[in-house]
Amino acid sequence: MVQFAFKRLALAALILVVAVTVMFLMIRAVPGDPVTIMLGPRATPELKAKLIADMALDQSTPKQLLIYFSGLLRGDLGTDVFSGRPVTKIVFEQLPHTLKLIFSAITWSALLGVGLGCYAAAHPNTWIDRTAAAISVSFIAAPAFVVALLSLLVFAVYLQWFPAIGAGNGFWDEAHHLVLPSLAIGLSWVGYIARLVRASMLEVLGENHIRTARAFGLSERRIVGIYALRIAILPVVTVIGVGMGFLLSSAVFTEIVFARPGLGKLVIDSITTRNYPIVMGAVLISTGLFVLSTALADLINAILDPRVRTSN
Amino acid sequence: MSGATTDIANGRSEISAILSGILRDPLGLAGLIVVGTIVFSAFFAAWIVPFDPIAINITDRLQGPSWTHLLGTDQLGRDTFSRVVMGGQVALKVALPAIFGAMAIGLTLGMIAGYGPKWLDNILMLVFDTIRSFPTVMFALAVVALIGPSLQTVVFVVMATSIPTYGRVARTQTLTLRNSEFILAERAMGASMTRILCVHMLPNIIGVLAVLVAMDIPTVIALEAGLSFLGLGVKPPTPSWGALLKDGYALIRQTPWLVVGGGLPIILATLGFTFLGESLRDVVDPKLRKNR
Repeated sequence: MVQFAFKRLALAALILVVAVTVMFLMIRAVPGDPVTIMLGPRATPELKAKLIADMALDQSTPKQLLIYFSGLLRGDLGTDVFSGRPVTKIVFEQLPHTLKLIFSAITWSALLGVGLGCYAAAHPNTWIDRTAAAISVSFIAAPAFVVALLSLLVFAVYLQWFPAIGAGNGFWDEAHHLVLPSLAIGLSWVGYIARLVRASMLEVLGENHIRTARAFGLSERRIVGIYALRIAILPVVTVIGVGMGFLLSSAVFTEIVFARPGLGKLVIDSITTRNYPIVMGAVLISTGLFVLSTALADLINAILDPRVRTSN
Repeated sequence: MSGATTDIANGRSEISAILSGILRDPLGLAGLIVVGTIVFSAFFAAWIVPFDPIAINITDRLQGPSWTHLLGTDQLGRDTFSRVVMGGQVALKVALPAIFGAMAIGLTLGMIAGYGPKWLDNILMLVFDTIRSFPTVMFALAVVALIGPSLQTVVFVVMATSIPTYGRVARTQTLTLRNSEFILAERAMGASMTRILCVHMLPNIIGVLAVLVAMDIPTVIALEAGLSFLGLGVKPPTPSWGALLKDGYALIRQTPWLVVGGGLPIILATLGFTFLGESLRDVVDPKLRKNR
């Protein structure tokens, strides 16, 4: 297990190193002078000189890359071109908002999805199962930002049940502000998770230990809800881990639609003001999060299912 | 010669078998109708639209639906229905080249990774994993920030982010096929690598990839619409579903029709392609059916 964990984390680190290098070279590969590109039309000679010194642009490319990496290791993502504040600080100020949104969305959709999936598997081929399947496919198809816009239109503008903008203050106000955005992000996950749980549950229900449990006269609810679910939930862990990138992407759009603070809003605002260090910092942090969550999902799976460890 | 004719005949009967399989499935049929309608209207958009989608007519601005303007007009008096139909053309113009480009490159790289030496496989897999490690929209935003928004940028981003998916599937299929008896027999008879890959393996891989294509097109359409919604995709005044949503978002308290006009086609297209893809998967690979 330790060996597997070590290997998996080493791969994650290697991927991150390559990803950072790719991003770094991408900026350098853009035709034109990087300083002018980064500073845009606002570039004054003093700002230019400062940026060149800060980013070591007068050095050779491999040396720049090395300096950049050593900065990263110290948690230094560069400085905001305009305010002069460290990018790391700016990004980490916004990150909690995005994480709250993502976790609330995945929590409600996982709970509902697992419930639906269990019910469908316990009653296969009934009309409820079929309706759930049809609704699942339809919901999977709904892109988060379209759902966000339509729910904004119906529930915030017309019915005025929920606020249209901002993140709110205090627990209940924040929760009230979270409802529509997390509905928009979570909706496509409900159907996805339900289908996944139904399929793996059906498989598990056919196994020997479940037959034994039935022979012991345990209630069906107990068998499905406790004994089978423990194993049937495995694919959901993987899918949520791998889906982190997708969740982050949905969060970007949802934050814009509901004018919520967060990584997405930060990146879009920084693109419009051409504040590249912040764009790159935010992209790097979100990539790091994604790589980490995929690795974590693999590790959790390896803990729960020993076969995963040996197959690698 | 006769062998080649039989191959073609087999190919044709296979296609008609797949088609009749899709037609028998109600969801598949629904998907085919929706996709057919979108493709048809995109192709003949210039003849279908009642108004010039970019003609400005301020006196008719922000109207509700009527017989003249089926979905009303926007803040510049442009006919929303015409913009929706033309937007379909833009959506397919991005989705089709991007997806087929990604499939072609991913297929080639995946087959090389699966059939070639181990070190090459390792390098390609690391590259694939790295590209996949960027959250798609974040990657798209970084690229747009660097090279500026345009139709080509969107196509590039979609291609770059989709190649690994196709590559990985093609690689897995190649690895499985590599040790199958008919490939071993081919090799024993001295067939060249190109022949084995192109003539014998390709037809066995392409079906699985076709399913992925159908499933991926909606993702790409949504990504294009999303970037255009953020103002980072196709440039105005080009009508695109995302641009409609952008205008609709700004005017959401004045008129709901722009958001509805931009949102519904995206949901319909997504549903249509997903249904078609699911149905195609069941026909191409019945083994996967049990996972539904």
